[in-house]
Amino acid sequence: MAERFSSVSDTVERLRTVDYLADTAIAGVVYLADRLEKPVLVEGPAGVGKTELAKAIAEVTGSRLIRLQCYEGLDESKALYEWNYKKQLLRIQADREHESDWADVESDIFSESFLLTRPLLEAIRSEEPIVLLIDEVDRVEIETEALLLEVLSDFQVSIPELGTIVGKQRPIVLLTSNNTRELSEALKRRCLYLHIDYPELEREKEIVRVRVPEIDEELAEQIAQVVRSIRALDIKKAPSISETIDWARTLLFLGHTSIDPQVIGETLNVLLKYQTDIAKARKELVDTASPTGRKA
Amino acid sequence: MHFAKLADAMNRNQIEVPSGVGSGVMLDVLQGFVHELRAAGLPVSMTENLDAMRGVEHIPLTDRDAFREVLAATLVKHFRHRRAFDTVFDIYFALYSGGIGADGEFGDGEQPGEGEESGGIPGQQGSGGSGEGLSNEELAEMLLSALMSMDREQLRQLASAAVARFAGMEPGRPVGGTYYLYRTLRQLDYDGLAQRMMERGEQQGSADDAPEDLNARFEREEFQQRLKEFREMVEAEIRRRLVADRGVEAMARTLRKPLPEDVDFMHASREEMQQLQRAIEPLTRALAARLAQRRKRRNRGQLDFRATVRHSLSYGGVPAEPKFKNPRPSKPEIMVVADISGSVASFARFTLQFVYAMAGQFSKVRSWVFIDGIDEVTRFFEESNEISEAVHRVNTEADVVWVDGHSDYGHAFEVFHTRHLAEITPKTSIILLGDARNNYHATQNWVLKEMREKARRLYWLNPEPRGYWDTGDSVVSEYGTYCDGVYECRNLRQLERFVSAVIDA
Repeated sequence: MAERFSSVSDTVERLRTVDYLADTAIAGVVYLADRLEKPVLVEGPAGVGKTELAKAIAEVTGSRLIRLQCYEGLDESKALYEWNYKKQLLRIQADREHESDWADVESDIFSESFLLTRPLLEAIRSEEPIVLLIDEVDRVEIETEALLLEVLSDFQVSIPELGTIVGKQRPIVLLTSNNTRELSEALKRRCLYLHIDYPELEREKEIVRVRVPEIDEELAEQIAQVVRSIRALDIKKAPSISETIDWARTLLFLGHTSIDPQVIGETLNVLLKYQTDIAKARKELVDTASPTGRKA
Repeated sequence: MHFAKLADAMNRNQIEVPSGVGSGVMLDVLQGFVHELRAAGLPVSMTENLDAMRGVEHIPLTDRDAFREVLAATLVKHFRHRRAFDTVFDIYFALYSGGIGADGEFGDGEQPGEGEESGGIPGQQGSGGSGEGLSNEELAEMLLSALMSMDREQLRQLASAAVARFAGMEPGRPVGGTYYLYRTLRQLDYDGLAQRMMERGEQQGSADDAPEDLNARFEREEFQQRLKEFREMVEAEIRRRLVADRGVEAMARTLRKPLPEDVDFMHASREEMQQLQRAIEPLTRALAARLAQRRKRRNRGQLDFRATVRHSLSYGGVPAEPKFKNPRPSKPEIMVVADISGSVASFARFTLQFVYAMAGQFSKVRSWVFIDGIDEVTRFFEESNEISEAVHRVNTEADVVWVDGHSDYGHAFEVFHTRHLAEITPKTSIILLGDARNNYHATQNWVLKEMREKARRLYWLNPEPRGYWDTGDSVVSEYGTYCDGVYECRNLRQLERFVSAVIDA
């Protein structure tokens, strides 16, 4: 099949066209996923752009994004397929008058028109190019993971009544995980692995510039610096990229053109969500931000 | 299948050159690399190995970063293992500094020992790169300005020159890389560099719209970041030379670092301590999630007779579907009694941190620390919002010295007996932490006997390797006879396994 990306640098550039700034690690893995036709397991702290990545890939490759949001209790009938049993009942009742034989009815009610497709089956049967995103896969029980394995390794689904449905094409598949539990070895083995962390200063600055174009370079730099400073503190939840962007928008909205301790103090609650974190950051950045007041 | 054959050949060590998979040299290198990863403790399966080989086919081998990422994506499936991977990668491909040529040759012909300082720095050509043409002061000055402008190419060359001049590396000398690193950095006045950069920054009058103090903070952080990068360059340079001198395998062996979960509590370096610190939180989170799930499913509760009969009415009185009572979650109550004398302090700290991070899994957690006196420290954890802060207060504020500040388990247990024995209930699990090195004091083991009778479980965790138990003044077996279990607990992995078992019990 046609390859979506021609090289790692091509991947970087094309993702950039949809405002997703990928570093070598991200672009390398996406490129590899395309070439090896393997799913990618994306891990990392919340809000570093794991889901965004899937959206960006779908957009540049002109594919439809099919998303399966995982949660505890997700099962086959929600992820793969389900027989539309109400419709099956109707069919059987409607048949009473015609008295057709049982074998006909059976083969009829277990045909594709009585199948309710759920995201995974929908992805497999899709004619158009797609990107499949299996979001927060760590939320399903370890037993449920197993139902993903066939899809991930061979991109097919076995339905007892219909046989095996094989995918018409190999889409890019992304799985995201927030690390709330260890995923099974079997799942990891089938995937390429990508860990996205908080970005370096330069990249974060660029992200801010791209996402909030109204912000000038200097302010973007200051924003990135403050965020790096805060992330270096020992806090419960470090600000994510999306929070950085929110903060940038807030500053813009309030009409600040540069950052001083007072501005930080007033808007810190956009970046940090725990009261203890806010207090700590305030102490470090707002109250004692003097050259001698070094942090430990 | 093509790759299956290939794997087979690899296993039998008969590597031919299959078409399409780089070259024989490439295969050899990758095989050695994977072998080394496994030796470092990373689980690499056969499939992953093959993925890596297929992966490198798709990237130009001259792109070192992409090459690294391809290997990482296919071989490393856990972010905690990434550091170990990077170390092995740096050693293994230290000599291929520019990237790996298609035939496994040095990417840009940069060979160790000859002309590595090609251009860029005047007076650097030839003569083993000691850079005679340059005084130490000039070198320092160049370094400073390169750091100010963050000229990475220049910095790399300076790192190389500095190592050549200051490290004093001799072929075959059995000294680790850290020693050379220390020597080089000391000569460059590494610790003072940040300050000098700050001063230089002020002279140049960097643009500051923000107030001075905040700006200074950012500047300092920026400089620290740059210095860290430079330090990594020096490290890389030293590693490259060492590898050239001693060969890949020998270096990989000496530089092999344990994975964070395998770091020994008692001998962790400061850097490893920080790593451990960072590893604790996600580990406890994962463990808690797993345990909560397991508990929910395991306890079905008793048969609910009334509900079963009521439900049976819809089946004409046939109890087709048995109903169960909702289980009451049985969360254990935990008491931790920890020795915090010097030798085992860090172990106690980690264990306390670990237990409190999991506090949600217990109905109640109380803790005591002792050396020769004993003090309850539950209050610190209740008062502080953060566990690390509480642990810090435990270390500084707890009243644990009775006579001389040498461990006296006997006395500590005796005091615990008089003050708290009555508070132990059949729901309490008690965890004792320490190496049981009692300085030949009386052991007072009867206290443990009584504790065990009252408590649900009594465990002992010993951070010493099993081989050292009962040597010298260690009396762990004597105490152990009164415990439900004595466990060796030297690293996070063992600690995690223990906690998971206790909660289950």
